Amino acid sequence: MTSDHAAGIGDHAADIDRHVRVYITVFVALMALTIVTVGISYLHLPVPVAVTVALLVATIKGSLVACYFMHLISEKKLIYAVLVVTVLFFVVLLALPVLTVSNTFGIHDGIHQ
Amino acid sequence: MEIPYTVEVRRDTGLNNGKIGIWLFLASEVMLFGALFASYILIRTGAPSWPRGATILNVPLATFNTIVLISSSVTMVMAWASLMRGRFGTFRLYMGTTILLGFVFLVVKYFEYSHKFHDGLLPSTNNFLAIYFTLTGLHMLHVLGGMAVNAYFWGPGAKLWKTNPEWFTNRVENSGLFWHFVDLVWIFLFPTLYLL
Repeated sequence: MTSDHAAGIGDHAADIDRHVRVYITVFVALMALTIVTVGISYLHLPVPVAVTVALLVATIKGSLVACYFMHLISEKKLIYAVLVVTVLFFVVLLALPVLTVSNTFGIHDGIHQ
Repeated sequence: MEIPYTVEVRRDTGLNNGKIGIWLFLASEVMLFGALFASYILIRTGAPSWPRGATILNVPLATFNTIVLISSSVTMVMAWASLMRGRFGTFRLYMGTTILLGFVFLVVKYFEYSHKFHDGLLPSTNNFLAIYFTLTGLHMLHVLGGMAVNAYFWGPGAKLWKTNPEWFTNRVENSGLFWHFVDLVWIFLFPTLYLL
């Protein structure tokens, strides 16, 4: 059964072999970046620096997953269009609460537990 | 009646319908988690003080879980690559490993949660724990959902391979996209909750 189906799907075996090598490389990179993420946290950097570095490393890791495991590096235009709209709304979603609290900075005294 | 465009691509989109469907679903998932991340930012920036995650949570366990989830993403994509090569047996092996790794993730999370509950650390204890349990709880539900779909394709759903291997391969690719998304969310949750 398997070999019959292989005739149809397995035509791009060389391509798939190349993909598999990329997956392994990305896996090693993700592991290394995980160690970097944890290692940096032990440096006890000031919070703004720690947040920036941690999110930067997480963004690199996330991009690797999205680009290679989710094949976004070679996807069709319609998917990119969907994602551009998503990213736009996502940024607005994250920015709105920051704008809301920005005018409360420095006047916390007495309003929390 | 056959479902259209399960294998062949639509001329207007250049994609099969399943692929567009899963990406639209993932877009909605981005907004779901985005709303919770926005809540996290709102609560944290509005708080007079915020604990370092490492002082309350177990970083070595979470690091282990990060490695487990990243590994499961690799086995998932290898399961799909096996189908692309026409190797059904190898697919079963990789897919089974993916499900097993998902199970390991949940077991570790169970120990983390029960330790917190044992120490009296509940979602109602403080804002940090409230957002921690909400975000990781929702993420765990996604892991569970992904495992259910993967288990279906590993077991009864695999019948489709005999009759329509390309459709089955597309389905596995789509469940893989969901699984990678779950991994991607964890990649951001881990430093946000545990390390900062």
